[in-house]
Amino acid sequence: MLDFSILTTNMDSFLEGLKITIIASLIALLGSFILGTLLAVMRISPFKPLNWLGTAYVEFIRNIPVLVIVFFAYLAGNFGGMTAGTIGLTIYTAAFIAEAIRAGIMSVPKGQMEAARSTGLTYGQAMRIVILPQAIKIVIPPLGNQFINLVKNSSLLAVVAGGDLMYQGDLISAKTYVTFDTYVFVALFYLILTIPLSLGVGYLEKRLARSN
Amino acid sequence: MFKTKKFVKMALITAMAAIFLAGCGGDKASTDSSKDVLAQIKEDKKIVFGVKHDTRLFGLKNPSTGEVEGFDIDLSKALAEEMFGKDVKPEFVEVTSKTRVGLLNNSKVDAVVATMTITEERKKEVDFTDVYFDAGQSLLVKKGSKVQSIDDLKKGTTVLAVKGSTSSINIREKAPETTVLEFENYAEAFTALKAGKGDALTTDDSILYGMAEEDPSFELVGGTFTEEPYGIAVKKGNKELVDELNKALKSLKDSGKYDEIKDKWIKN
Repeated sequence: MLDFSILTTNMDSFLEGLKITIIASLIALLGSFILGTLLAVMRISPFKPLNWLGTAYVEFIRNIPVLVIVFFAYLAGNFGGMTAGTIGLTIYTAAFIAEAIRAGIMSVPKGQMEAARSTGLTYGQAMRIVILPQAIKIVIPPLGNQFINLVKNSSLLAVVAGGDLMYQGDLISAKTYVTFDTYVFVALFYLILTIPLSLGVGYLEKRLARSN
Repeated sequence: MFKTKKFVKMALITAMAAIFLAGCGGDKASTDSSKDVLAQIKEDKKIVFGVKHDTRLFGLKNPSTGEVEGFDIDLSKALAEEMFGKDVKPEFVEVTSKTRVGLLNNSKVDAVVATMTITEERKKEVDFTDVYFDAGQSLLVKKGSKVQSIDDLKKGTTVLAVKGSTSSINIREKAPETTVLEFENYAEAFTALKAGKGDALTTDDSILYGMAEEDPSFELVGGTFTEEPYGIAVKKGNKELVDELNKALKSLKDSGKYDEIKDKWIKN
């Protein structure tokens, strides 16, 4: 049976790790959403150099393991483990979010843009008022999945001494030698974060489908 | 109504996940009460040593040959030959400070020869042979660093260590004010030191010498401040294997073979 004394005697460490995992995930979530949207707009922009830049970023980052990106962020910059880890996660997740958002925008029928432009709206206005609200609905489920992935990927902070849940788990198991049970508790703490997210995404998905 | 049902469903799934995980824990515990390791070695005609792959001088994977090389490896080979002659083939599996006790306990390795310090805490988890190497914890810093000994590790300084090593525990006791950052292995910790992520790297002097040899802009300072006697660890309750290893170790020391291996790797 599980050794619950591991949980009770190390509660402070687990909670400290949980706190850092939550903070890092939230910051990376916000950052990657902003950066990802920007990249998506770049990728569909009719202005070619912007388009190329966006494409280059997405292709480059998407095809490097996130662990490597986190290491680069840690070793290249003058940051601590948590900051570097959060930056690495943001850079990585932004590429996927950009693709999800781009796919959403592309899936809005072309006629929508043409009709909006013909009523006299500028490109930007048409995008904001007509296209994006429709795209958002399509984009929410894949975005939700990216955010869940982000929370799980935040365990990479452990390799750059970021102080997150996984890092605390490493230290606890190293100290107590109760390796297996420690990671069971680590997994449960991650589930506490990801299950509600997963439920929330499912709920949004249903609601948006209904409003169609 | 709809919502409650869904909530109950999710709660059930979560509970099942928890039970599943807990169940895995139980399985592992039951395989622990396994048979004698020494008998198994003789039956399989192979002995699996857990060694480091990232520790210069003791156990380092040579990227050009793919072979693991070092004092721990040569000693393991000599011990295997001393104990079983040519009948039993020595095999090597990578362990880290973090994984070595776990791998012993689930019988993935038969003996750990991986710069492992004998401590009272660890004796509760594994059985140790006699000391096969005497090391001591020290500090590695960039030449010209303001840190010249353990007394310089005041508030605001950062020390790098490796997860699961005795040195990360010792340093918290000896220099309680310093911040300790812990990494997966020595290579990563040393890379972090080179990148300026800390003021000093702490572990056994024997390992630090290997790093200083690799990059001469780093040096050891302040001497040793602990004693780190290395032992070979086997799974708890295998006294016969421990006795065999001790006997083999003693005859290697008597025959001069031990010194030969030691001189080959440890110059200091």
